Amino acid sequence: MDLFEFQGKSLFARAGIPVPAGRVARTAEEARSAAAELGGVVVVKAQVQVGGRGKAGGIKVAKDPEEAFAHASTILGMDIKGHTVRLVWVERASDIAAEYYVSFTLDRAARKHLAMVSARGGMDIEAVARETPDALARMHIDPVIGLTAWQASELVYRAGLDRPTARKSAAMLQALYRAVVDLDCDLVEVNPLIKTSSGDIVALDAKVTLDGNAFFRHPEFESFREAFTPDPIEEMARQRDLNFIKLEGSVGIIGNGAGLVMSTLDVVSLVGGRAANFLDVGGGAGAETISNALDVLTHDPSVRSVLINIFGGITRCDLVAQGIAEAIAQRTLPWPIVVRLDGTNATEGRAILAGIQSDRVHPSATMRAAAERAVELAR
Amino acid sequence: MSIYIDASTRLLVQGLTGAQGRFHGLRNRASGTNLVAGVTPGKGGTDVEGVPIFDSVAQAVAATGANTSMVFVPPAFAADGILEAAAEPGIDLIVAITEGIPAHDEARVFNYLKQTSRVALIGPNCPGVISPGKCNVGITPHEITLPGSVGVVSRSGTLTYQAIHELTQRGIGQSTCVGIGGDPVPGTSFVDVLQRFQADPETAAVVMIGEIGGSAEEEAARFIRDHLTKPVVGYIAGVTAPAGKKMGHAGAIISGSSGTAQAKQAALREAGVTVVDDPTLLGEAVAKLL
Repeated sequence: MDLFEFQGKSLFARAGIPVPAGRVARTAEEARSAAAELGGVVVVKAQVQVGGRGKAGGIKVAKDPEEAFAHASTILGMDIKGHTVRLVWVERASDIAAEYYVSFTLDRAARKHLAMVSARGGMDIEAVARETPDALARMHIDPVIGLTAWQASELVYRAGLDRPTARKSAAMLQALYRAVVDLDCDLVEVNPLIKTSSGDIVALDAKVTLDGNAFFRHPEFESFREAFTPDPIEEMARQRDLNFIKLEGSVGIIGNGAGLVMSTLDVVSLVGGRAANFLDVGGGAGAETISNALDVLTHDPSVRSVLINIFGGITRCDLVAQGIAEAIAQRTLPWPIVVRLDGTNATEGRAILAGIQSDRVHPSATMRAAAERAVELAR
Repeated sequence: MSIYIDASTRLLVQGLTGAQGRFHGLRNRASGTNLVAGVTPGKGGTDVEGVPIFDSVAQAVAATGANTSMVFVPPAFAADGILEAAAEPGIDLIVAITEGIPAHDEARVFNYLKQTSRVALIGPNCPGVISPGKCNVGITPHEITLPGSVGVVSRSGTLTYQAIHELTQRGIGQSTCVGIGGDPVPGTSFVDVLQRFQADPETAAVVMIGEIGGSAEEEAARFIRDHLTKPVVGYIAGVTAPAGKKMGHAGAIISGSSGTAQAKQAALREAGVTVVDDPTLLGEAVAKLL
């Protein structure tokens, strides 16, 4: 789950990582009172789950509450790379003496965590990495041991961070890595991490991606969703534990397993159609899950036909067929359904399909034939 | 002797008393696998359809001589379950089926095992491994398999079944089928399995199924180019997946151009792999090479 900056900073504060004082505002009026409460010069920052907001005009300095009001009026509602700004973060302006870059993420090829640190923060770090690779210090971290003191120190000196505050910076790196582990983050990126003129090290930004698989350890993270404005169909699917992504085409797709569903999208495209969505019912889906999945698709007006592609392993084809039968018995589905079943209990599943009294269901023997039929029916 | 498992496999299932563990553990037994024990702390002394349940892996191994453990433990406890199995010297293969293990748990377990143990870990979040006609440790439906000489290795569960099905439909049998799982830190990589297929006299050709995200297919392509003398047919899922979207597997995130389906297909082709763009064409492509 990608967090907004202000959410990431709230986690940093909880982990003892210094961040500037600030307030969230939903309206320009709220931004004005936030600026008044904070006092002095403030920065008004667009809250979007995408990079590059500074260049897009989503970050503005305000010397007083009236100016904060004016900037918030411009920024709220602004479109940044397809994301509409609905919240701004108003924070006390910092006295910046140096800007650094720090990130921690998993390097899948090395199967270890990777720390990246640079003295050239505050700018496009991908360009820095491309043009001056030596300016970005990298070091792998053994997940069993964690980021050791010597590694943190080595990163600070190798990246060329300010020497008099080197110990503070190294301690900051260790604190950030501890947060990555304790809070189960897939990614923490701070750009910039700053040194103030009084020599303090402060996180001026926070890009945090949380691992959804670890929410059982952090049930309070669920509340971060309250600030999001998800697509209503995606939200409905999420509440039913279905993995759904809206796409542009007209063939609704339901399948089991991310690989098979992705492959189904590819085959639909190969036979001349376009998928309306990605919907993975996951492993071990029962009748209710399938019925729920069909229900979710009824809320998407662009769907013209539905292709159910199941290869049962942990999922049982008889339960899938039962789910289709239940969905058809409960309500009138607005489109034809092409069904391909193979694997665990496929014979039983096909028998249930054959018994459904509806011309809406089209059993199909192979994945390719099913895709062709579904594309034809969507025309 | 097939790779990873064979007739000498003595299987214990961690979580045999749960609904999924029971269903698939007993299915594995029904297809000829020697299921010797189950482990569920607190349920020691009971049994599941005649299979004795123990409170710990150590007790199960001492009593039954189990040498392979299949993990069906829920995500919150799965990492611990894997470590428990790895701590028992009698266990030389762990197959972790559990989906949804936190990424940090996976990274810690992978690195710890690498440093402290010679045990092989397949998965997590995988369909397991099957040597048709000999042994099945996992959730792959054995009915779709056929004994033979094609090795199958895949990151995606259901696509593994699709690939096996296409081969079987054409009368082409499989030596061993390994689902390595789609998580960011799989215990076993494509390269690990390809190495074993290369050394396996029962495997004559290989089918490899990849998907978008990460660089495991690119690493496999380098290994194939430099070390594999057996013919390989490949398929990559996710050609039409929108960039930057997460498609269910934590692993399937497009990260730079190296993670795209096109880049992976190109890397495999350069390594001499026959790449098909439709999984239903896998059987035909293998038939041409054999």
